[in-house]
Amino acid sequence: MTPAKHSDIAINGDCAVALAWRQIDPDVCAAYPITPQTIIVEKFAEYIANGEVKTEFVCVESEHSALTLCVTACSAGARTFTATASQGMAYMWEVLPIAASMRVPIIMAVANRAVSGPININNDHGDVMSARDTGWMSLFAENVQQAYDLSIIAPRIAEHHEVQLPCLMNLDGFILTHAIERMTPLDTHAVKKFVGEFKPLYPLLDVEHPVSHNLMDGPLFYFPHKYQTVKAMDKALEVTKQVFKEFQQISGREYNLVEEYMCDDASCIAIVLGSSFGTMKEAVDQLRREGMHVGVAMPRLYRPWPISDLAKVMKGKKSVIVMDRHLSIGSYGPMFPEVVAAALENEGEMPKMYNYIYGLGGADTMVSDFVSVYKDVKEGKAKRINYLGVRE
Amino acid sequence: MSTLSLKDLNKIPVRLASGHRLCAGCAESIIARQILMGTEKDVVVTCATGCFEVSTTIFPYTSWNVPYIHTAFGNGAAGCAGVESAYQSLRRQGKITKDIKFVTFAGDGATYDIGLQALSGAMERGHHMLYVCLNNEAYMNTGIQRSSATGMGASTTTSCAGSVCYGKKEYSKDMTKIVAMHGVPYVAQAAPHAWRDMITKAHKAFECGGPSFINALSPCPRGWRFQPEDSINISKLAVDTCVWPLYEIENGTDYTLSPESLKIAEGKVEKKPITEWIASQGRYKHLMNERWEPVVEEMQEKLDARWDYLLKLCKL
Repeated sequence: MTPAKHSDIAINGDCAVALAWRQIDPDVCAAYPITPQTIIVEKFAEYIANGEVKTEFVCVESEHSALTLCVTACSAGARTFTATASQGMAYMWEVLPIAASMRVPIIMAVANRAVSGPININNDHGDVMSARDTGWMSLFAENVQQAYDLSIIAPRIAEHHEVQLPCLMNLDGFILTHAIERMTPLDTHAVKKFVGEFKPLYPLLDVEHPVSHNLMDGPLFYFPHKYQTVKAMDKALEVTKQVFKEFQQISGREYNLVEEYMCDDASCIAIVLGSSFGTMKEAVDQLRREGMHVGVAMPRLYRPWPISDLAKVMKGKKSVIVMDRHLSIGSYGPMFPEVVAAALENEGEMPKMYNYIYGLGGADTMVSDFVSVYKDVKEGKAKRINYLGVRE
Repeated sequence: MSTLSLKDLNKIPVRLASGHRLCAGCAESIIARQILMGTEKDVVVTCATGCFEVSTTIFPYTSWNVPYIHTAFGNGAAGCAGVESAYQSLRRQGKITKDIKFVTFAGDGATYDIGLQALSGAMERGHHMLYVCLNNEAYMNTGIQRSSATGMGASTTTSCAGSVCYGKKEYSKDMTKIVAMHGVPYVAQAAPHAWRDMITKAHKAFECGGPSFINALSPCPRGWRFQPEDSINISKLAVDTCVWPLYEIENGTDYTLSPESLKIAEGKVEKKPITEWIASQGRYKHLMNERWEPVVEEMQEKLDARWDYLLKLCKL
């Protein structure tokens, strides 16, 4: 064990997000409590109470209003943050595609949690997956450090004038939100310099140059406007890569569109999102000691979907296991068809593809569970869709 | 605001341009223009989904000469609160120095029904904004479905008069008083024929130093079934019958009758019977049948009770 650097702190994921927000000091923050995101807005309320930020902190009466308030505040010309989870995101859903089509770079932390019913407060990706097609970018953190780092990175991508899209910063509920880990924060001055001034396009509060936002589109304009969002999302991949590079320069921490672990010489790799990436790395280490050529990869973003980077990591592999922490009931897990589609980029080289649904509603998934996944695939026991450890 | 003479009002720059797609005779644009004459300061307009929103902002055109934003149906108040929150933040930081006013326009569906929660939230939080309900007493944008603002006995496409039913069975919600009970500085009922009253109320609302609400009756030729040229007369009839009394409420408790309704209360002007209101519009015409006489009698009793209660609140 290496000794902690003087600047390292022990902090949970929610507080790490709140700390990033404090250092960024956004103009407006809409707050509505929902477990397991609550600590973010509570911690931020403390910063407000102690005058540590200049943010207008609005305790709205619902998530629907929280996101609405963010959309119009951001359109008005304010850098705007909020946080949610589960039912809260479901309640916001109507406003999610509106935010994207209005091209407002709101940053929303999502403390990923199962969606009712049955009611459950624990982690899975049911909430964020429901936002998949709404036009929001979606970043995933593996640990507390990344939840902090991505909270600082997100506005840089979202606010880029050729992107201008809202962004979800996902951290697994309880697993990251409430777990205390060691983290190296950046100096506040460095954060402020990295994030820079918010330069809104066509802000409403520029009353000298009045603009109308979110008008009624007939069939002639709706499709072209949606297509503009598609182009912005395409651009976001390129911008993300560039911002990751710049972040590495100030932090020394490297981020990629697809994070790989032991994939180079692996014949079988798994693809997973969020905190399970860390657990799977342990499983890979264990299996490597047993001589199995396995690896694991994590798309850093779910939207925009890094198709060519995913295709690259799958190239030449015998088998690919897609780990889904959500169900698309009546079909595969939501990520599985997307990974299969990405694999089509490697023409004529389709690996054997397996889908594992795991950890719904906070069901524990241990290193041993992930070990068994790789072994089942190797031994030919895996089916196309598998429900890891479910009691029938 | 210097004076309220038509000559002076005529000089105020047009904030809602002509050429919008509202129906002929619709009172909404008239109300909006009167409201916007209530302040000479810069103003940002927000809208909830509804007739007014779709008719004034059909891409690539806009009727708005001032900043305008719409997001969805149930969140007009939250949308306005968001712009105002950005303003508070940027002003505190010295990035904006102008005195800007904020107003949201929403129909009765967006106010009494789906948007009630957002409205209540924004009023409670104290945003400096004026919320105007363009009250045409039904979901007119989707084709005349009943809302909780629809009057008892009205025939709508979801509360139809038929062989066994006389139309809407429930009385309208008293939204004006509901908002007033939030204790906000300024709440009023207004109607477009009383233009001087409307503009005065808008001015008070904009300058009250907190959240304010104006419930503006908006006669709807299509939904209420009357000729487009009669909108203003219908508006006046609503006040003369006490179906729509004009009054204001300051700080949640101080009720004052506005001049037209005060004259009725003082007996200087005759209070017209509800039958005149019923006879003036197609949505009520089925009630003219003697079969529904008891319904009309009940409507008059309820109306009288509401009027008497209002007089009590106004200490008259």
